[in-house]
Amino acid sequence: MTAENIHHPEPSYLEYRGKYKGLLGWLTTTDHKRIGLMYMYAMMVFFIVGVILGELMRLELFRPGQQFYGPQVYNGLFTLHGIIMIFTVVIPGLAAVFGNFAMPIMIGAKDVAFPRLNLFSWYLFILGAAIALSSQFMGDGPPDTGWTFYAPYSVTTHTNVIAAVLGAFVLGFSSILTGLNFIVTIHRLRAPGMTFFKMPLFPWAVYATAWIQVLATPIVGITLLMIIAERTLRIGFFDPNLGGDPVLYQHLFWIYSHPAVYIMILPAMGVVTEIIPTFSQRRVFGYKAIALSSMAIAFVGYFVWAHHMFTSGMSSTARWIFSLLTFLVAVPSAIKVFNWVTTMYKGSIDVKPPFLYSLGFIFLFMIGGLTGLSLGSLATNIHVHDTAYVVAHFHYIVFGGVGFAFFAALHYWYPKMYGRMYNFKLANIAFVFLFAGFNLLYFPQFIIGLMGMPRRYFDYLPQFTFGMQLSFYGGILLAIGLVLMLYNLFQKNGAKAPANPWGGSTLEWTIPSPPPVENFDVMPEMGPDEEPYDYK
Amino acid sequence: MEEHRDDIGARLGMWIFIFTEILLFGGLFLVYAVMRAGYSADFHQAAHHLNAFIGAVNTLVLLVSSATVAMSITAVQKGDSKKGVILLLVTLVCAGIFLVNKYFEWGHKIHIGLYPGSDLMLTLNHGSVMFFSLYFFMTGLHMLHLVIGAIVLTIAMVKVKSGAITPNKYVLLENGGLYWHLVDLIWIFLFPLLYLIT
Repeated sequence: MTAENIHHPEPSYLEYRGKYKGLLGWLTTTDHKRIGLMYMYAMMVFFIVGVILGELMRLELFRPGQQFYGPQVYNGLFTLHGIIMIFTVVIPGLAAVFGNFAMPIMIGAKDVAFPRLNLFSWYLFILGAAIALSSQFMGDGPPDTGWTFYAPYSVTTHTNVIAAVLGAFVLGFSSILTGLNFIVTIHRLRAPGMTFFKMPLFPWAVYATAWIQVLATPIVGITLLMIIAERTLRIGFFDPNLGGDPVLYQHLFWIYSHPAVYIMILPAMGVVTEIIPTFSQRRVFGYKAIALSSMAIAFVGYFVWAHHMFTSGMSSTARWIFSLLTFLVAVPSAIKVFNWVTTMYKGSIDVKPPFLYSLGFIFLFMIGGLTGLSLGSLATNIHVHDTAYVVAHFHYIVFGGVGFAFFAALHYWYPKMYGRMYNFKLANIAFVFLFAGFNLLYFPQFIIGLMGMPRRYFDYLPQFTFGMQLSFYGGILLAIGLVLMLYNLFQKNGAKAPANPWGGSTLEWTIPSPPPVENFDVMPEMGPDEEPYDYK
Repeated sequence: MEEHRDDIGARLGMWIFIFTEILLFGGLFLVYAVMRAGYSADFHQAAHHLNAFIGAVNTLVLLVSSATVAMSITAVQKGDSKKGVILLLVTLVCAGIFLVNKYFEWGHKIHIGLYPGSDLMLTLNHGSVMFFSLYFFMTGLHMLHLVIGAIVLTIAMVKVKSGAITPNKYVLLENGGLYWHLVDLIWIFLFPLLYLIT
């Protein structure tokens, strides 16, 4: 199976015409590849909206005091920025886009286990996002609680919290169904002979992610329902006046929302695990360690949630236990980083854009991860809790980690998705802007956070001005980088992509670019002697 | 595309979905545990106001309905679709009885002014407020699940009747039955926690 079968009798999934054609053909499709792209287009719109909101905040923070709009608008902006970026961009993130597009092909399947459910999940995703966004235009003004909806404020504020919470609930449902679909797909539809330990590592990461989606999301679902009931019926679970407990809300919220961070980052790690061996022309180092560390992160990540609450009121025993468990998560994460670096050792490294973005990921993820340890440590946490330091830390993980891995994956599978190459030089220039802009934007936040700048504040003391302005300029560079990157990818006039432009060794590179509707002419099989990453 | 059918996969999907439902209620059980630990004396007192007899009747009704749904699956497997339909009908009647009982139970409480956010609630002690809030929230959410389960079983019944569910192809009915057992199971936990610990 090489590049020869590019002249293919069956139409590619992009050209295929089913019952309907054009846009309707896409909206009624059950093809996992098309659904993956549909997630990507929707998320790109949300992402751009989120970026604009972020830049608006940076603009206001350029100088101390009020510049362009008042504090209530600012509160609305950071809430909406959080809701959009967390719930509609990074949580579905790589799993929904590349998990859908690439995972079934990589395990040798024609589609996911429940294709119609897959489409339904996409509609739920759009519906949830629409409900969440409607909170801006209906009721008594945009919610101002932050994306965490902390009680009791979320119960007492007069803004339109219910719509935002309901939107998040529907998005959670979509996420559960996607996770369920992927678990069943990986259990049931692997190619004959492909045992779990012969599966490529991106499907492994998607598998671990799917379990977190299934196990953690229902908790936030019920918690959000309680917030709605609290506001409409006054059930009082989180209202101290009626005997409820606001700290209980924080527990319930983080029981999901901490594992959610691993929903975001695990597929990102999975993608990087595919890209680094491909561009080093080496077999991945420590296959089993990487596969099992994904599961270990998923498991341990479930038991660390209260490290978000070290200052909320908890027994000291609970605090040191959660601190210890938080440190434990660093172990499987570090295993992955060491394995990536070791894979490159003595490899024949070819720095193409996907590899460059992956290097960016490793660098930024390490800064984010290590500063996470200083936050997980009890004493330093008290000092930097709820400061700009936290803001910098999670943007290094969520944007520097997940975002850059997303861009890496996009540049990696782009030729497979569209059957076209893109301009490498422009992609590299965009990377320089993105990387420099990102660090200039977020690194100063570590420093002003340590100096005492609280997060989510509309105004600040004059000594933070320099840091805030550096961040602003970083934001500009980052935006230029994004525009360049998207411009490059939207061209779609590059050379025709061969089946395997990178010398990849997983199944998706054995079929034409773009893939035919049913992925494989001859269903792949694996013999007892074959290893993962033998397809070259 | 040729038809792809994987009953084992469909069942696996259903089991995972049921797992998520248990976790959904798990969040509520967690709240219950925290509140019960905080206000155990008040919870004992408040539980006296629930009618354990109606609760016991409803428990029995749901247990019977779980049995009939299981029997209907066996009947369909053996090719006796007529018996399958009748047994499913019995299940749905049980669901109806449950809802009627719940209607009277809730209706009585709402009539005397005992519901979340009512003036009467605000005069009660904190533990009782939590208890009755939990009572309405948990049984309400359970009822919603019961209605969804009944709808799924109604669809399955229509399909058994029309011959779309056959002895070789009954995974929809089986999954509907699994879901129904979940509804039953959650009630089995709700009943003692709310009605019996007094």
